[in-house]
Amino acid sequence: MTTPHKYVRTEDAPLLPPPATEAGITGWLWQNIFASMADYQSIGAAIRSLFMITFSLLLVYVFINQTFGLIDFAILSAVWSDPDGLKREACWTVQQGGALPDGWHGACWPFVWAKQKFAWFGPYPSEELWRVYIALAVGTVGLIWALLDRMPYHRQVGVLMLTIYPLLAFILLTGGNNEASLTSIGVWIFGGLAMISVGRMGAAGYLGAVFAEISSVFSIVGWGIIALNVVRGIASVDFNLTPVGTGDWGGLLITLVVALTGIVASLPLGIILALGRRSQMPVVSILCTIFIEFWRGVPLITVLFMASVMLPLFLPAGVNFDNLLRALIGVMLFSAAYMAEVVRGGLQGIDKGQYEGAQAMGLSYWQTMRLIILPQALTHVIPGIVNTFIGLFKDTTLVSIVGIFDLLGAGQSAVADAAWSTPVQAITMYLYIGVIFFIFCFGMSRYSIFMENKLSKSRRH
Amino acid sequence: MSASNAKKMQVTDEVIISMSQVNKWFGTFHVLRDINLTVNKGERIVICGPSGSGKSTLIRCLNRLEEHQSGDINVQGITLNNDLKNIDEIRREVGMVFQHFNLFPHLTILENCTLAPIWVRRMPKADAEAIAMKYLERVKIPEQAHKYPGQLSGGQQQRVAIARSLCMEPQLMLFDEPTSALDPEMIKEVLDTMVALAEDGMSMICVTHEMGFARKVANRVIFMDEGQIIEEKDPEEFFNNPENDRTKLFLSQILDH
Repeated sequence: MTTPHKYVRTEDAPLLPPPATEAGITGWLWQNIFASMADYQSIGAAIRSLFMITFSLLLVYVFINQTFGLIDFAILSAVWSDPDGLKREACWTVQQGGALPDGWHGACWPFVWAKQKFAWFGPYPSEELWRVYIALAVGTVGLIWALLDRMPYHRQVGVLMLTIYPLLAFILLTGGNNEASLTSIGVWIFGGLAMISVGRMGAAGYLGAVFAEISSVFSIVGWGIIALNVVRGIASVDFNLTPVGTGDWGGLLITLVVALTGIVASLPLGIILALGRRSQMPVVSILCTIFIEFWRGVPLITVLFMASVMLPLFLPAGVNFDNLLRALIGVMLFSAAYMAEVVRGGLQGIDKGQYEGAQAMGLSYWQTMRLIILPQALTHVIPGIVNTFIGLFKDTTLVSIVGIFDLLGAGQSAVADAAWSTPVQAITMYLYIGVIFFIFCFGMSRYSIFMENKLSKSRRH
Repeated sequence: MSASNAKKMQVTDEVIISMSQVNKWFGTFHVLRDINLTVNKGERIVICGPSGSGKSTLIRCLNRLEEHQSGDINVQGITLNNDLKNIDEIRREVGMVFQHFNLFPHLTILENCTLAPIWVRRMPKADAEAIAMKYLERVKIPEQAHKYPGQLSGGQQQRVAIARSLCMEPQLMLFDEPTSALDPEMIKEVLDTMVALAEDGMSMICVTHEMGFARKVANRVIFMDEGQIIEEKDPEEFFNNPENDRTKLFLSQILDH
């Protein structure tokens, strides 16, 4: 036997405790705060460290300064109430004719309180507001219930929120009693049933091999037509509610209606478009690609203008549909095109083996998509999906250019009220609107992070 | 191999697969050239050959993961053509195990196994779970049923993939290089599972370079090169007396090192 080399161990090396920079409180400070400023081992490193210290202190100063400015304006110096009903004079300085000291600069909250109903609901009749409150309350409770997976039946509640709730909200908000004729609804439903039957026959192979592959499209469209007309039917029942036209809606209500419709519709539409674009069938693929590229290629403002100004010119006289509905459809199709590209990104990230694994077990195309591919693809692109949702939520402010008063539009017209005219009037209102937008968008952002963390546990590799 | 196992591994006269004059091209590349192959129920066939010789493509044609352009393929008496019904029927009866496992990472092991029985065989969930547990026990990992694939080792994942295919109770199993992506330490556990499966009388076609496995369970070894079947023998004959020069070269390259 030969003697072992010196570098071959004859006994175990001892396990040593980590250095102070790696563990415990000192380790945390070292890694999170002083990572870039505590190295003085060479002149270069020392200069870099000193620069980082100066820069950090500067940032801290700017941050504190700005935060304090905001807190001072919004809370400390703000006027909170107007007990004497002075309106604008409550927020005037001595120089301007009021009671506040000269040089005062703070929020004028009584103005916002006075305009709150208008900012939230626009000109919606006050005596009918209970309907909006019910719709909002049911919506909030249902949404939270459906989104928290700790709640019992959260899936079922989610399904109700997507099916029954929109109908309920529609009837509550408009008053229902749309005068759709039973004949027209009947004809449409019959047409839908016919399309489903054709789809079924196609799937069973009676109409040829080529048709069998696109038969599912017929079934989907058929079911869509039937669902739409059932909704039309229910919406034409007389519930004895005073009708409130969408022209009387406004403020946050409009923002929520437009954003939620866009969000709820864009995901399924986007998924179908993305699947269509990646389809093996050239006709489907080309049609989906053209649709997506068209809607991505035009600005939303153009879409809204076309929907509200141009479209009526092309429709025959007497055919007229609601301005808000036209804007909604425009927003829906627009965001669906964006969503389709986000979803397509997710689909492309799925390994080919996943499709083959599913196919080899005998799963059909739709089963493969629903059970295997989409759950993974959508999980991968949650940040992109939520990004699109947040973008859509903020883009709803554009509807004010076609005469629909969303939160921002309503706030702006409130600012124009001379009875509250003060130098801080506009700032206060925009701050208020900004906070509302921030709450919604930040909420979506946090929920998406929560979902990512929850779903990522199954992707440990 | 014991005598009782040899008895269990008997081959029947019932034809399970027949391929005649099958040709396939990838673009202009002629990847399968005039393949004729008949497999009886209970047969265990090992296909080997150099990389790019069309072994994987051949077995992937059997369940329509690849489409052949000419010739006839018959599986269990069902003709494989563009009829989706036939394809679905064949896929229900033919299990497949892949080189990279292709487990579904977002589903637990149990859900991976019950998915096809529930959705394809329309089996009640409880029954599907009972079957899944039966086969997970057979591949010796019932205790992992509620974990996710990403939490298992490669060998365990491949055994789950085998169990997942078995849950459909197939008539025939296709293995596409099942041990090629595994660490050396894990190859044995997968091969043991496959040997046990063969001893239970499962018909199988296996693309592999595990020659020990071929000697142990195969009743025919097929050698492919450049898209053709150029040698077909029982294992002893194949390893001891290869006829074709390319077979000899191949065997010398994989065995002598």
